[in-house]
Amino acid sequence: MPDLPQRKAGIVSCSGEELAEGTVARLAALKVLHELRPGNTVTICLPLFLAGGEGDRAFARFHPTITVDGCELRCAAHGTETYSGKPAASIVVKELAAVQGIGPIEGRRSLNDAGKRAVDVTAQRLSELVDQFVGKRDARGVAADLVVLQPTGAKVATCSCGSGVPAKTVLIDGKPVEGKE
Amino acid sequence: MTCRVAVIPCSGIGKALGSVSREVAYEVCENLRPDRTQLVALSKLVLGEQQARERVQNNAAVTIDGCKQMCAAKLVRHSGGTAVREIAVFEVFRRYKDLKPEGIAELNDAGKQLARALAGEIAAEIDEIAEGGTHA
Repeated sequence: MPDLPQRKAGIVSCSGEELAEGTVARLAALKVLHELRPGNTVTICLPLFLAGGEGDRAFARFHPTITVDGCELRCAAHGTETYSGKPAASIVVKELAAVQGIGPIEGRRSLNDAGKRAVDVTAQRLSELVDQFVGKRDARGVAADLVVLQPTGAKVATCSCGSGVPAKTVLIDGKPVEGKE
Repeated sequence: MTCRVAVIPCSGIGKALGSVSREVAYEVCENLRPDRTQLVALSKLVLGEQQARERVQNNAAVTIDGCKQMCAAKLVRHSGGTAVREIAVFEVFRRYKDLKPEGIAELNDAGKQLARALAGEIAAEIDEIAEGGTHA
């Protein structure tokens, strides 16, 4: 079987410096990226859609992307859709916390207990969405319901359409062939 | 109208230096110069939110970026503002080589010390800006 790159979900968080819910969004995204689904997720800084290059703006066209916002302004969701591509799903911390009866969330620099619970709940919801879009893996990162595919020699190349989709080198019958994911 | 210096950190999610920029902004705006500053969320500038744009257009702005992409500085310019100071944490770190920041969700002690040191420098500059009447 050719050695193809694995599909990963993109997570884009608002920076939300002004609100405690923004801190929840950021920490929940980091928890999923580093602890809960490290093998299945990637991220990008939201402002890179404007400050970066075409390759950065291709992010949501390349990865099924889940946005997580602190408040109803939904900066990450709107920003991603405007500059990159329509998110596959969106979460708003304020709404999720209200549904779960969590609050008041306080402490944008250091979250209170409600804020920490909101981080856990938001991270759990994010993980469920990641599983929905790219499959589920066990704690060792081994796929439970999809074939394990590992990237080889990934590099960024820009297609003539300007999509900036990363190109990968795969081995087919022992010969390296460059293609797209 | 009271002018407050707009402080815009990058809050980069992929590097500890982004967490330092966020911590610096909180230290300046919450502890050191709460009466002379206002924190502006970078996400709002990505969205083009009117109030955030007016804050950076009508006030002196200080941007704090973690990496060489300088997203906060670029977004302020994109929003019609002019940063009177564009701070790059990775350059400041060269002056504090013993304070290596690690950890994104939770900064290590060295990262927090680096943030406090930089916050002190920025607070002094904010005093100069405020007292000198420098506007973007």
